[in-house]
Amino acid sequence: MTATATATPTRVRPSGTGWRGFGRLLRTETAVWLRDSSSVFFGVLFPTVLLVGVGFGIPGMREPITGAPQDSLWYGVTPIATYLPTVLAMAIGTLAILSLPVTFATFRDKGVLRRMSTTPMRPQAIIVAHLAINVATTFIGVALALGVAQALFGIVQPTQLGVVLGAFVLGMLSLFSLGMLLSAVVNKPSTANAVASLVYFPLLFLAGLWTPGPIMPDIVRQIGQFTPMGAAAQAMDTGWFGEGFPLLQYVVMLAYTAVLLPLAIRLFRWT
Amino acid sequence: MAKPIVEVSHLRKTYGDKVAVDDVSFAVQPGEIFGILGPNGAGKTTTVETLAGLRTADGGTVRVRGIDTQRHPGAVRDILGVQLQEAALHDKITVREALNLFAGFYANPADPEELLAMLDLTPHADRRFAKLSGGQKQRLSIALALIGNPEIAILDELTTGLDPQARRNTWELVERVRATGVTILLVTHFMEEAERLCDRLVIIDAGNVVAEGTPQGLIDALDDDSTVVLRFAPDDAGRARDVLEQLADSDPEVARVDLAETSPGEVVVTGTRRVLFALVPALAGADLVPDDVRTVARSLEDVFLAHTGRAYSTGTGDADAPTDTTLVLEGGRS
Repeated sequence: MTATATATPTRVRPSGTGWRGFGRLLRTETAVWLRDSSSVFFGVLFPTVLLVGVGFGIPGMREPITGAPQDSLWYGVTPIATYLPTVLAMAIGTLAILSLPVTFATFRDKGVLRRMSTTPMRPQAIIVAHLAINVATTFIGVALALGVAQALFGIVQPTQLGVVLGAFVLGMLSLFSLGMLLSAVVNKPSTANAVASLVYFPLLFLAGLWTPGPIMPDIVRQIGQFTPMGAAAQAMDTGWFGEGFPLLQYVVMLAYTAVLLPLAIRLFRWT
Repeated sequence: MAKPIVEVSHLRKTYGDKVAVDDVSFAVQPGEIFGILGPNGAGKTTTVETLAGLRTADGGTVRVRGIDTQRHPGAVRDILGVQLQEAALHDKITVREALNLFAGFYANPADPEELLAMLDLTPHADRRFAKLSGGQKQRLSIALALIGNPEIAILDELTTGLDPQARRNTWELVERVRATGVTILLVTHFMEEAERLCDRLVIIDAGNVVAEGTPQGLIDALDDDSTVVLRFAPDDAGRARDVLEQLADSDPEVARVDLAETSPGEVVVTGTRRVLFALVPALAGADLVPDDVRTVARSLEDVFLAHTGRAYSTGTGDADAPTDTTLVLEGGRS
């Protein structure tokens, strides 16, 4: 009998190989994720749709600002161009805060994470796969938005490209850390939806979605700079149109990442 | 006997104040279908999940092929296939994608197409998980437990929620899997399923093993009495009882006579294995002709009753196993 023959004691191996099959996991998760049309719409198309809608829907968005003082950040820039940093910050937040926690709450609810932990694959792999999917989608959504904005409106060359890129990366780190914290603890997809909305919309407001750059009330700016999305938008504003280094906003985003990410890892629930 | 492929020794697991598993021990031989039978909440699932290294034990040892799965849960992932109770896949993944995905995790996976064929899933291979019927989901779940070519497969309540035909098909399937050399640990609350499939089994109640053996051995070991149910025409029932009670007083083969509570006209006679011999002449002498005579076959339900003093009902036992407990993850905080 073959089963008897194989029943010799084996030496204990170190805990599995861990990442075998990760490539296929990533491909399969991506294919399945793409079947959800809402995640594709919000992740890939929403920033572009919003830019085009605002650019053509609101009068004067494409006329250069001349009412501002000549030494202001905004002088000579079109309002639609000043909207870009906010839209980019929103693009990150949409995936990190609206999409990711619902994904993980669904996994937890359905026992996907638990099922995975019965196989040689580490269940952590599915987290890594979904971070990769969401980060990649952020880049695609942002690239599309920038490309379309350039074609339709002509975007401004950033004055300090490095500051913009740094702010974008830090914005991703801090917003995905916040998204992972929500993902770590929310159990039901319906709760995840509710909690994510409660976090997402105030953040959008503070990042200037309704009052971008030049027309943002000072109080919103003051509060917004201490939120991850608001700090990202403001730091990109500075890098794009202004001079100097947005130190406070950078520090705020770093602090969110440093606090929230370890917390998310610590609190992450598998069941 | 060969060295056991699975050994559980004095396993204990509590959730706060609640004792899920008090003291459970058993050993499974290679190639067996071994049953863990008991009412809901008896501690069956907790036992196998701890055995698989998915939960931390509070006491005792669990070994798979000699490997302590509490200390090295990752070391058995390649040889232990687990089918968990609930469905656990994306709604939008197809059957074939799921099998190919899981195949990629294992060192020596089975051929997904062969498994699809074996489980009659080939016609549904491109269907999404959410669109599968209950039976198809169960078959996929079994396929996923087998995709890694495991030596041992844990199948937890695999026919719950299936209609009788699907259940019988699944039973045949389990026997086919065993024929390929896989040792099967079958968790069930269906007495009939255990009786039909298991080579050996333990009956668990309230976290303890109350009986262990082969299904037939357990049944044969019951008290050597036997029960006959006689149904009489309503007019005869009273006289029949009087005659049979007199017989019980005079004949040592007949121990007890009761009227069946639920069906009028039925008399239940308990006695030795020869009780039927004693009944026939007595009834003939009184010219009482029963409409129906039935000898009651013993089953695992009687074994459960004999060992616990309670009639078997699947709803007994404690609440469902809690789900808020920490899962041990290989490479995690263990």
